[in-house]
Amino acid sequence: MSDAIIIVENLGKKFRIRHQANGHRYTALRDVLAQKIKAPFGFLTNGKKNGESHPSTSEDFWALKDVSFEIKRGEVVGIIGRNGAGKSTLLKILSRITEPTAGRAKLYGRVASLLEVGTGFHPELTGRENIFLNGAILGMTNLEIRKKFDEIVAFAEVEKFLDTPVKRYSSGMYVRLAFAVAAHLEPEILIVDEVLAVGDAEFQRKCLGKMKDVSKQMGRTVLFVSHNLAAMGALCQKGIVLESGKVVHSADIDQCLSFYQSRRQTFRPQMGRSSGIAKYVDAYVVGSQNRSAATINSGEKLEIVFEIESKHPMDHVLPGVNVANTLGQRIATFWGGFTASRLRLNEGSNRFVLCIKGLDLSPGEYSLTATLGLDGETLDIVDDFLEVNVTAPASWSPARYPLPDHGPLFPEFQWTQI
Amino acid sequence: MTQPLLLEAGRAQRQYWRDLWQYRELFYFLAWRDILVRYKQTVIGVAWAVIRPLLTTIIFTIFAGKVAGLKSPGLVPHALFIMAAMLPWQFFATSMTEASNSLITNANLISKVYFPRLIVPAGSVITSFVDFLITVALTGLMMAWYRFIPDWHLIVLPLFMVLAFAASFGVGLWLCALNVEYRDFRYVVPFLVQFGMYVSPVIFGSSDIRHKLGETAFRFYALNPMVGIIDGFRWSLLRGQTELSLWDLVASLVVVLALISSGLWYFRRMERTFADVI
Repeated sequence: MSDAIIIVENLGKKFRIRHQANGHRYTALRDVLAQKIKAPFGFLTNGKKNGESHPSTSEDFWALKDVSFEIKRGEVVGIIGRNGAGKSTLLKILSRITEPTAGRAKLYGRVASLLEVGTGFHPELTGRENIFLNGAILGMTNLEIRKKFDEIVAFAEVEKFLDTPVKRYSSGMYVRLAFAVAAHLEPEILIVDEVLAVGDAEFQRKCLGKMKDVSKQMGRTVLFVSHNLAAMGALCQKGIVLESGKVVHSADIDQCLSFYQSRRQTFRPQMGRSSGIAKYVDAYVVGSQNRSAATINSGEKLEIVFEIESKHPMDHVLPGVNVANTLGQRIATFWGGFTASRLRLNEGSNRFVLCIKGLDLSPGEYSLTATLGLDGETLDIVDDFLEVNVTAPASWSPARYPLPDHGPLFPEFQWTQI
Repeated sequence: MTQPLLLEAGRAQRQYWRDLWQYRELFYFLAWRDILVRYKQTVIGVAWAVIRPLLTTIIFTIFAGKVAGLKSPGLVPHALFIMAAMLPWQFFATSMTEASNSLITNANLISKVYFPRLIVPAGSVITSFVDFLITVALTGLMMAWYRFIPDWHLIVLPLFMVLAFAASFGVGLWLCALNVEYRDFRYVVPFLVQFGMYVSPVIFGSSDIRHKLGETAFRFYALNPMVGIIDGFRWSLLRGQTELSLWDLVASLVVVLALISSGLWYFRRMERTFADVI
């Protein structure tokens, strides 16, 4: 207990997701005023009125829930999880960038965070000026920066370019410089979030080496998030696995990594909201073992097998798969009701397959949600059970495939002269 | 065992002020960065601080003075009468505008690094202060041109400078916090600035209000903090030949203090959610 440096107790972070009917991302003062004018005493009723023209619902989303763990001085801990598991939110709370909604965290040492490479770098300023600026932003004093200046420049290997504006640097030089400043911070707790993703192999090796030094030789506590599982295995001693905002495993790093790998091959029923009568117990893409993500070319066939367990036999159940983009907008709904599929559930185990002849979506990442209903009643919903990464087929010209603002659809088409 | 830093919902950060002191160097660095960037980018950057007040004063002198027939009191050249008001007004207007956008333009810092967010609007007011100093130099030149040298009244100028600074900061705090929460606020700000310029005694003198609309009207009018500040600037720069009443001064002081304290309250309250909303 005496050498615990971070104690986290039941930490939770809730975001309110507003599904705005008019599609604006930001709150506009004019909307707030308009709503107030339309219903100045709206707070008196409980919000349900006839003729409400723009219902905007809001949903609470718990990015972190009941997270508790303890980290001892000098430990290097890796935080593992899928995208959206809550890793960055956890780091942001520990870095004091955002406040928790529930629970608390106790920090017994000074924290420095590297959540992004080159935070605060300004392209017009020179390398030298940016070192000072970035150092100050990360919490170093002028004196500290001047003392470490030569070391930083040597690590970044940019001696020759110190006095040129950073906008002229190559991307490699840029990340080296940014990391060099951060690497020379002297906090007791260092929090690093996915910065290894940028930079080439050489850079990654250097970063890892430096982080090893920092922890072994200087006894610094490091909290590390990366998708580079090999790097995590090499650097960290302990691991914490997050899934949908909760801690699902906490042990030494090798155990955590294998746990994580096996989780990726299981369907995750705890994410579902089942009525209990029938529920999805497995779902996978035909031909793949990975149950968390799939990669498919645009226009290709997608077949997903679902396994459902039911307590009673039921006729005419309607399964469905909703496709959403990274912004959470609904792109497609593959609902059994649209195709008059007459599916029957037997007591016990059942298997259905969803066959989409050609997934004509633009390249990008999409998230699938499975639904199951009967006579208008929802039996089960499993949110985001599968991440589908749609890629452009090799036959497409690399410069000419659709971007996110070109819209999500990409059916086959052709231009000809008549 | 040292006292741990406790992170909990709704916890008033008692060490916020200690943090501000610890991060004081960041304050200089951010202001330094903004100034450096502005002057690196273009030649106009430096000249703009001179051109804008100069041109505006010339235009007002010609149109408000010669054409519309507004007069300056005493033996004060009309151009100087206007310039003396332009000086604090320009500072207030630019720092208000810069401060209102400051959090949004530094959004990437706010979502990725911890530091007391108060540093951001404070730093932006400093950048406008540099422009102000340039305009002061310009005013000096104008005075030399008109051979109008200020006298002992100049002593109180620093007081009014501090007051102008405080007014900008107070309004800036409100605006930048509001702008993060309600993104269309940035369309309101230019309107406020324009409106403010016509309402404040830049083109005319506050004494005109008193003489034309009466004493009570004047007292209400003086609730605009810029009235007291502009009157103060004029009084100190123009050898006391313009009017400056105690009410002026007190009203401005009180309003500015109210602005700063309410601004700080609102900012600190909203600060918790900046990183989430920005």
